Amino acid sequence: MVEPDHHHFDTRALHAGQRPDPITGSRAVPIYQTTSYVFDSVDHAAGLFNLEVSGHLYSRISNPTVAVLEERLASLEGGVGAVCTSSGQAALHLAIATILNAGDHVVASRNIYGGTYNMLSLTMPRFGITTTFVDPRDPKAFAAAIQDDTRLVFAETLGNPGIEVLDIAAVAEVAHAAGLPLAVDSTFATPYLIRPIDHGADIVIHSVTKFLGGHGVAVGGVVVDGGRFDWAADGKFPTLSEPYDGYHGITFTEEFGTAALSMRARAEGLRDFGGCMSPANAFYLLQGVETLPVRMARHVENTLRVVEMLNAHDAVTWISHPSHPSHPDHELAGRLYPKGTGAILSFGIQGGREAGRRFIEAVELASHLANVGDAKTLVIHPGSTTHQQMSNEDLAAAGISEELVRLSVGLEDPNDICADLSRALRVSQRA
Amino acid sequence: MRFEVDGRSVLAATGAVPIDRPETAEAPLVILIHGAGMDRTVWSQQTRWLAHHGTRAVAVDLPGHGGSDGPPLGSIFELATWISKVADALGGDINVVGHSMGAFIGLEAAAKFGDKISSLVVMGLGAAMPVHPDLQAAADVDDPLAADLMAGWMHGPEQKFGTHPTPGMSMTGTSRAVIETSPSGVLAGDLKLCAEYDGAVAAATTLTCPTTLVLGKLDRMTPRKSAQPLIRALGHANVIELATSGHAPMMEEPEAVRTALADHLFSPTG
Repeated sequence: MVEPDHHHFDTRALHAGQRPDPITGSRAVPIYQTTSYVFDSVDHAAGLFNLEVSGHLYSRISNPTVAVLEERLASLEGGVGAVCTSSGQAALHLAIATILNAGDHVVASRNIYGGTYNMLSLTMPRFGITTTFVDPRDPKAFAAAIQDDTRLVFAETLGNPGIEVLDIAAVAEVAHAAGLPLAVDSTFATPYLIRPIDHGADIVIHSVTKFLGGHGVAVGGVVVDGGRFDWAADGKFPTLSEPYDGYHGITFTEEFGTAALSMRARAEGLRDFGGCMSPANAFYLLQGVETLPVRMARHVENTLRVVEMLNAHDAVTWISHPSHPSHPDHELAGRLYPKGTGAILSFGIQGGREAGRRFIEAVELASHLANVGDAKTLVIHPGSTTHQQMSNEDLAAAGISEELVRLSVGLEDPNDICADLSRALRVSQRA
Repeated sequence: MRFEVDGRSVLAATGAVPIDRPETAEAPLVILIHGAGMDRTVWSQQTRWLAHHGTRAVAVDLPGHGGSDGPPLGSIFELATWISKVADALGGDINVVGHSMGAFIGLEAAAKFGDKISSLVVMGLGAAMPVHPDLQAAADVDDPLAADLMAGWMHGPEQKFGTHPTPGMSMTGTSRAVIETSPSGVLAGDLKLCAEYDGAVAAATTLTCPTTLVLGKLDRMTPRKSAQPLIRALGHANVIELATSGHAPMMEEPEAVRTALADHLFSPTG
């Protein structure tokens, strides 16, 4: 049987979306640090503003440097297109604002990033969009929570911080049976570890800030449009399937079909909300994407070493990483993630909150900060930082105990990472 | 817009510009026909532009494709007859623009129903369109490999690297998704129609309407040389070759195709 004629993943991480600049020959992606673009003619300008022709007109809506990153991420995820945003949170907001209206409802995993939980539970209700949170390990719970006004099912492919492994195909089946799209935040996994669209997801969201960028130098997000969901099937998604006065009555599904979501997200969402990515940030993030396959393989390798070390340490009461046999999703992870389940893990320290505090203050190589997915090893105590707005009850429901420490394993020599953590663990046990 | 042919609903993109406005009643009516396993949206880079540049553009979903009612029709001749009924339904002489299988349909329609068809533009075609047996085999069982194979073959080498004309879009990703989401069995049936149709040269020989061929120099599915018998048979046709296009010039070099369409419709040389 003949093979498809596509470049492989590692090649696309380096090349997709870019050809060498035809004027200068620049091999690297140039930073088009410009707000705007000279029109060929009045007719050309009118055509751009009216979606008659494609091209750049203003960098809030599109920019050549950002477009390379967008096309590259769309290619790596297997989507039809992508829209980059100023942050991962802006990406989630863009997806929701493009699809949903006041009065609509979301069914979401309860084990998600604290900022996302806040957006869905506290902020979006102010705009008439409510959410029911469910156990991501129970597809039936998603089904049971779907209401007549539900318009979106949302989860993280690898939950935060417990690394709950989403059975994407099972939840997608539930969503699709109800005529709903499944959006996933796949920040922790990256397309190197899993391509959710291949498993049935319809929208993939990333904080590109994290492993995709990989170096902790630029904040950004992306919405990748899978292009397989039928937005026009039953009238549930009027922003895409009904005429829009914003472009003289255009119906995005009719004119753009599989690209309806990404076209509306850019044409309306970036135009009106303005959460665009800067060209400089796109350039920085592209440098990370180029080495994604190499880095992720090393992140995973180092993580397995750290899990092994923690597992053997007396001060560690439990470890949560899908590679560990004690993780509830160990079997599922082995099936869905043959290359590993990433470099975020959490663990508990003997001695509770105080021991956790001593541990974090004792690490020397690992950095205590509010980020993950850096080339450097990072550590944080979610209960007092990223998830601090959640009540104790909500924290418990999300599987976040007070002694939980979250680790983002970096690319340093694994012996040095393990030595630093081991020493800090010893310090944590000194009353 | 939706209209009916043979009692069945047809979905068409018109660039969101109604075709029944009194002020454009005399504007050329342009019917754009997609290829195998595809739908109206392959013309998204032309439809809305045409609609705002002096024409009434109607990019149709063929029966059983996209949002049009089925079932799919069983031969290129049946599809050509269907196009003549589209002309009847829309009430006017039509200019036909066809891609790949849609180009065969356009050729056959222009040959058999010349009284309804004012002019013809075809792209991504040869005198015959043999189908790779592995592609047909994958399509026969609705294997996603079929979409993957077609998406890989239909675009020129530069498009595999990217730089899509529309910021943020993936050309191979879009093509794959359009084919993947076509109803079960549609691609397999279309490929068989393409492989079985042997009337292209005969149809071309009889054409009298202005005709333009747009050929991608890097087309691997219907290489340029495969179009030569057609060019000889047409005799009078205007032939445009696009340097970086593969099998889908309307997606790969959309501006050049818009220019070709405008030249064809408003200052024909063929």
